[in-house]
Amino acid sequence: MHELGIAESALELALTQAHSAGASRVLRIVIRVGALSGVDAEALRFAFTVILPGTAAEGATLQIDPVAAIAYCPACQKDFFPDTDHFFECPTCGQLCATVKQGRELDLVRLEML
Amino acid sequence: MPNKKPERSRAGAPARSGVILVDVRDPADTPPTPPGDPLPGTVRTIDLQVRLLDENDRRAAENRTFLQQRGIRALNFVSSPGAGKTTLLERTLDALAGEVRCAVLVGDLETDNDARRLRREGLPVAQITTGGTCHLDASMVARGLAALSLGEVRLLFVENVGNLVCPASFDLGENRRITLLSCTEGEDKPLKYPPIFTSAHAVIVNKIDVAAVLGFDRAVALTNIRRVAPQAEIFELSARTGEGFDRWLAYLRALL
Repeated sequence: MHELGIAESALELALTQAHSAGASRVLRIVIRVGALSGVDAEALRFAFTVILPGTAAEGATLQIDPVAAIAYCPACQKDFFPDTDHFFECPTCGQLCATVKQGRELDLVRLEML
Repeated sequence: MPNKKPERSRAGAPARSGVILVDVRDPADTPPTPPGDPLPGTVRTIDLQVRLLDENDRRAAENRTFLQQRGIRALNFVSSPGAGKTTLLERTLDALAGEVRCAVLVGDLETDNDARRLRREGLPVAQITTGGTCHLDASMVARGLAALSLGEVRLLFVENVGNLVCPASFDLGENRRITLLSCTEGEDKPLKYPPIFTSAHAVIVNKIDVAAVLGFDRAVALTNIRRVAPQAEIFELSARTGEGFDRWLAYLRALL
């Protein structure tokens, strides 16, 4: 529900970076979205369609790189992909693990510009 | 060598090709960006690798330091609208009155109804009206803290905007995040909205007094909470009747 705010801060950051690099147009914005980030990729995409027009990033391609969740089981000392995105039951010993090693990402990764 | 580009010389001296070129272009003039698809080889890439919540996390860390320096422990209460956050706080404040000095920040989209419900003698309370934003963020809390007189305060209760999705992503600088689930919402809420539970230090199952009437299966609810949030301490209570409140108050006292 706050994807618009996330998109706005990403765009602001992208435009500032592009400007200080002397670019006149942003062609591609790459954002990494973890499965546990609380951000919905489609809502984020929609938010960008609303805020890009009229900026140096108008018409830019939004590339969203999804990141799967990875949890860690301290008993087995092993990483594992949770069965679904959220239930961190170790597939080896069945213990519930709250240690998330990957999946909370919400990063502005890369810009392509002219 | 007809294919070799002539070399330029600003001073008008002959370049190695033997052709004299006088460059009078202003170096500040960059060619206008051509419309349409970019020409090959003109696209530049910069790697940023910036976390989008960095700014919020930085401010949250400032809040945490600010509170720690004053000896204040902060709790962030999150739940869907109507789960009973305000009622829980009302009873908690009354139970701790005269024993622990508390302060309250309340976030809502509009109105100061909740803050007015929480007004107590000598209790610093401030309403943060977000005007449509679906969560509190660390800078809103910093402004709220600045508006309160925090002398002698030991516990700060932050009542987040009623929303089971967005507040999960925003660290406010709290010491404990408390997620409420009420019996009216059904046993499967933790499975439907995991992030707000996975990030909780404690989960309160509220309205336990009407659980039986609603056909709410407490055992199933507890199993679901433990599946999603094995790290969380679980409290079953009724903020309306006070059932199960002793353990909750002991948890708060142990924070001090």
